Order: sequence, then structure tokens, then C-alpha cells
Amino acid sequence: MKSVRYIAMAVLLVTALTVLFAHYLAPSGYEQQFRELPQAGPSAHHPLGTDELGRDRWARLLYGMRVSLTLAPLAALFTTMLAGLVGGLAGYFGGWTERCFKFLIDFFLSVPWLFLLITVRAALPLNISPQASVTVTFALLGLLGWAASARVICSGAKDLMKSEFVWMARASGFSGMKLVRLHLLPNLRGALLAQFWISIPVFIIAEANLGALGLGVAEPLPSLGSLLRELQDAVTLRPEPWRLLPLAVLIVVISAFQVLLNKQEVRA
Amino acid sequence: MKRLHLLSAILLLGCVAAWAQSGGELRFCLRSEPKTFNPLLVEDDASETVRYLTGGVLLRVNRLTLKAQPELASEWKVSEGGKRIRFKLREGLKYSDGTPFSAADVAYTMEQLMDPALHSSTGDAFRSGEGKVSTQVISANVVEISFPAPVANLVNLFDTVAILSAKSPQKEMAALGPFYVAEHKAGSYLLLKRNPYYWKKDAAGKQLPYLDAIRLDIEQNPEIEAMRYKRGEVHLINTVTPAIFEKLSADNASVRDAGASTDTEQLWFNQVPSAPIPAYKLAWFTSMNFRRAVSEAINRADLARIVFRGHAVPAIGIISPSNKFWFNSNLKPHPYDTANALHRLQQEGFRLDGETLRDKSGNAVEFSIVTNAGNRARESMATMIQQDLKKIGIKVNVVTLDFNSLLERMTQSYNYEACILGFQNVELDPNSQMAVWLSSADNHQWNPRQKSPATAWEAEVDKLMKAQAASGDEHKRKQYWDRVQQIAWEQEPFIYLINKDALVAIAPTVKNTEPSVFRPQTFWNVEMLALAH
Repeated sequence: MKSVRYIAMAVLLVTALTVLFAHYLAPSGYEQQFRELPQAGPSAHHPLGTDELGRDRWARLLYGMRVSLTLAPLAALFTTMLAGLVGGLAGYFGGWTERCFKFLIDFFLSVPWLFLLITVRAALPLNISPQASVTVTFALLGLLGWAASARVICSGAKDLMKSEFVWMARASGFSGMKLVRLHLLPNLRGALLAQFWISIPVFIIAEANLGALGLGVAEPLPSLGSLLRELQDAVTLRPEPWRLLPLAVLIVVISAFQVLLNKQEVRA
Repeated sequence: MKRLHLLSAILLLGCVAAWAQSGGELRFCLRSEPKTFNPLLVEDDASETVRYLTGGVLLRVNRLTLKAQPELASEWKVSEGGKRIRFKLREGLKYSDGTPFSAADVAYTMEQLMDPALHSSTGDAFRSGEGKVSTQVISANVVEISFPAPVANLVNLFDTVAILSAKSPQKEMAALGPFYVAEHKAGSYLLLKRNPYYWKKDAAGKQLPYLDAIRLDIEQNPEIEAMRYKRGEVHLINTVTPAIFEKLSADNASVRDAGASTDTEQLWFNQVPSAPIPAYKLAWFTSMNFRRAVSEAINRADLARIVFRGHAVPAIGIISPSNKFWFNSNLKPHPYDTANALHRLQQEGFRLDGETLRDKSGNAVEFSIVTNAGNRARESMATMIQQDLKKIGIKVNVVTLDFNSLLERMTQSYNYEACILGFQNVELDPNSQMAVWLSSADNHQWNPRQKSPATAWEAEVDKLMKAQAASGDEHKRKQYWDRVQQIAWEQEPFIYLINKDALVAIAPTVKNTEPSVFRPQTFWNVEMLALAH
């Protein structure tokens, strides 16, 4: 198992370096159109070929990873913090506080966010840069994606509050932030981390879906989501395995995160 | 012995041909549920398909020759410069339920069609002026229709008027066309069966249509439709995307490029004076030289070759060259010439500052192009235009919006700078474009609903449009239209980008097909279609 963890760590390290040095590794700009070579296969100049507009797929994958693997974890961190706060408070206080927070969670789960997201996008200024647009998209996902996770955290916190060691701690005079810091947060760490890692691929896929509705990453900036959108055309997809690389990257990176997460969960 | 073999072969071929000429169920897909079965209220594609297959019309425009051909009317005569038309009807015809057809049915249909309470868009095309449309039944097989003012393209308009029965208990479901609606499972399929009373016969005297039935499956997803076509579950696809066309072609499936269609894709700038955009940008957008410079900086040939994979042609103007009669053949394609584009911009006081174009006040030239989300072709065109305009120092932001938000910006708030959309030009007669080119029209997209024309050239277009609508002389109308096309080419309120090809898929088992670039491309001669068994 140790070797698997090493491999996972190596994968993440390579990914991080690749993302960091994308501009050195990419043979051309992600937006540059080689119009004489649309839909070309792999070659020395274009290791993964070109897309339908003649843009280098390798360059787009590198920059797409940079966008998605930077912003999706940030959005996941934000949503996990919100979930921890709301779910933790609900579980810690119980009673009316819990009922109020649960009402808020149910409200957030029942609102048709898709339409709200479309409305928000429609209200944004049209002349914002693709970078700002993608940041807004992930910020919205982070802001709106916490409710399901909060329910899990609330349940965990409630169980902890009923556990013997928390009773003993309270009997010993622990309360407030001290109880949360020393007993609740360490024991909720596994659940919080799980929610964090689960949120990353969910947000990447959500961004891809939103792209189809006009809320995703604006052209010409690539993201893993926008690259995955190219795989939607089941019939038109030709037998070109290199086109599946964005999907493979997403699976490998998330799996690597999961391997490390399992280890941390065991420790927790 | 050789003669015997030859005779046997001829007999066998004859049998096969006769077998192929009758029977069978043709299957193809509708993109959505038909919104109505009332042929007078048709507005959507699916209802239009059902109307085409079931409706009996007085005359039909041949989709290859573009000439009107007799159908229920054996002859007709237009008089008073397009204010009156007299039809002589065929005798002894019956609806699909056996109800006899007569001139009274034509009068009943016209009365229904022109009833303002019905809000029929088919009827709107006949409204030429103030006053009532009257229909006079001269005899059982002669009917005359009078209009308060001349109607442009009067004859061809009857191609879309399916004649209802005044007496049939089945009302609008009684059909005079080759098929009638026999079954309908909402959201799933429609089954049309052969009209046993259909009047038309082939050259050999055999009653048409050859097909027994048509099954129309409701399938929204073109990818699934293509897969079903490959599996032989459907026989026709009326509109194939270039990507699916290429894939089907690579898989040796039977597909055809019928040539450039009348559909257009265009870019335009918002010129509405009250639009919430900066005044300096409005000044760019209302400048003819700015629009023409942008037009000349767009590589239309690349758009056609890359986005549409060669299945499109660079657009010249309002009318596609495939609409041979109405196209102004003196117009030439706009050149792709970035040097000339920059020259035009310099004439307007723009200057290149490094890699950024600035106007005379020093503002960097930057604008957004909006288009509807989910339309990959338009998104790709916008992305290519973004790169093309970068070459002359213009920064473009591409924004995709859901269609409702886009419509709201285009028609209510006018909060956008430039837009890419397309027109599906179903009607060949340019009179159908009155709603676009009159300055007071709702669809005069760059500056709609003007109280009086904002520019001299729009005033001239208004005058020409009204003149062509009031004239019954086709050649005069053509002259007016040629001038409108010339003005639109020079002013470029719409920067026409490409005309898409009509791409169709027709299974080899379907015989007698003659695909056209005009709707309905594959089955316009449906009564002649047959399936080889």
C-alpha cells in the first residue's frame, strides 16, 4: 500500500509541476489557431493533435488543468468551510439552532440553482475577461454547493456531541471553542476531507455542464470541463484515444487525491 | 439461350422495380412534438412537416425548379396586379374520410385563415392592406379570392395553405394530402397512413403515394437520430450537422450535400441609440467604415472550411446565391483583406497603438460578441472571429448566454454590443423579410422599432421594401430587391458570414428521392418516394 501512496504523491507532484510550468511545456498558446491543421492527429509539433479549430490539444490540456485544478480545489475548500461552519454549529447546539440551520440547508437543497446560476450569468457584465468569468463561475459553485455536505457534517457533529468522550470533556469543564478545537474538529476531519475531495470532481463536471448553458469558461480559455464537453458527441467521436486524455487526467488526479485521503482518514 | 437469359433478367428487373414502387413504412424523426394539427396555425418545424405530408394545397412550389405546379387547382389566374386570384379546381376529389372537396372548402379555409381572432402567421402573409379579404364561390369548382391591395408573391403563398373541409366531422384532421394522421402517441411517435382517396396518379396510372405509411418518431437528440439512421431504424435525416455528416460519410452511410441553402449566419452590432453602452462604442457601431472594416477582417472562407468542414459557402448578402431568381448576381463576396480593413479604420480616425487599436479619443477597441449557448457552430465562429479581429488590434470577448437571456438583451434591454445568430429562410420570396428590413420592424435587429428611419439608407430601404410589396410585377420587384441587396452589401448592418449547405441523409433503400436545398429537403416529393424491399 505504501508504494501506491508514493505513486499517488508522484502523480500529484507531476501534475502540480505541469500546471505550474504549463507555459514552458506547451508548444504554443492555448488560443492559437493552426487553421491549416484542424482536427489533426498527434505529431511532433502537436503531441495530442489539434481540436476542431486547429488549437493544440496538449497546450489546452495543460492550461485547462491549471484553471480547473487551481479553482476547483479553492471552490471545494470554500464550500467545505461553509459546510463545516453551518453543519458544525447545527450539530453542536442542537435544538432550535439545529432546526433553523436544517431549514436553511433544506432551502438551499430545494432551490433550482441551475436557473439562479443562469440568471446570475445573464446579469454579469459582458466585457469581463475569461479569467474573471471562470473565477466567478467557481466562486458561485463554491458558494452554492455546501448544503449537502453541511447535512453530513451536522449528523457527524451530533453523534460526537452524544459520545462519551465529549460528555467527559464537558464534565471536565471543556466548552465553547476549546471543545470544538480539541474534540469536535479533529474527529470531524475525516468527514470534512471527504467532502472536500468529493467536491473537486463534482465542481469540475458542474463547470463543464454549465459551459453548455453559457456559464462556464469563456472562449478561448480552456478548462478540464470545457475539454470534457468535446466528449459529449458520442456519434461524432472518432476512434482517437488521445482525445480521452482530459478524462484520464481527471480520473488519475482525483484517484491520487483519494488514495492520500484514505490514508489520512485512517490516521484520523 | 442468351435471349432467354436476357428476357428473364428484364422480367426480374421489372418485378423488382414494381415491388420497389409500392408499400412499406418510411421512418424519420421530428425534433419535437408538433404544437398543432391545425394547418392554419402552424409555426414550428414539426407541425410544418405534418402539414406538408397531410395537407392538400391548391398549388405546390416545386423544390427543384421553384415554379408553382397545379395540385388541387388545375389552373389559376392572377389579375388586377396581384389583388385578385381565380382558381379552377379539380373535380371529384375527396378528403381522407370520404367527404367530397369543393370550392366551398376553399372559401371556408380562407375565411378561417383571415379571421384576425385566429392569429395565423400563414394568414398574416396575405394581409396586404386595410380591408377584408373576400372569397367568392363562382361555381362548384371555381373560386375567386380578392385582396384589398396587391399581395407580393401571391401565387407561391398558397403553397402553405392546406385546404380544410367545411363539412367533414373530422374537421382539420380530414386530409387532402397523400397521408393522414392515423395514430399519435404524445412524445413518442406519429403514424401517418396513406390517404385512400388521394387524387394523384403516376405516369403509369398507379395511385400515389407509393408508401403505405410514414412513422415520425420524436427524437430531440441529433446524435441518437444519427445512430438510429446508421442502424437502419430511420430512413431519412432532413438536416444533418457537418460533424455528423462527416462521421456518417466516413462510415459509408448514405449522405448527400445538396448545396448551399438559403439559411444565413450573421454578426451585427447594436446601433440602438438608447442602448446602455458607452457613447464612443455606439459611434463605432454606427460607422459604416467600422462595420465594413470588421467585415473585411473576418476570414469567411476559414469559417466555412473549419467550422462547417467545407459544408458552407462564404455569404455575400441577404439572399443566398442558391435563391437564383432573387439573388443580385452583381454582388461579389466581401474580400478578406486586413490591410484594407486597417485603412478603412484609419479613415475613421482609428490608429494602431502597438497591438491595440484605439479610436480618435484613445479608447481601446474592445467589444463583446454574444451568441446562444449550446450552439457549437456559433461559438466556434465567434472564437475564430476573435482571433481574426485580434490581427487588426481589436479585442473581442465571446459570451454565450441561454437563449431567453439573449432574447431579453436583444429585444428589451438592448444591453449587448454585438451578436451572432442565424436566420432560417423558409420562404424563397424576399417579401418574407419585410419584418427584418423595414426600420419600424421588430426584427430590424441592429436598431428595431424605429419611429422614423435613423439613416438615409434605411429610409431608402423602407421605400424600396414598401414598393416591392405593393407591386405585382415580379421584374419590378426584382429591381427593388436588387437595390436593397446592394444597400445592405454596402452598409453591412448585418455582416453575413456564411450560407450553410443543406446536408441530408437518405438510406439507399429509399427510391425516387431528389434532395433539394429548400425545405423539406428530402421528402418534398413524398408521394413519389418508395422503399426497396
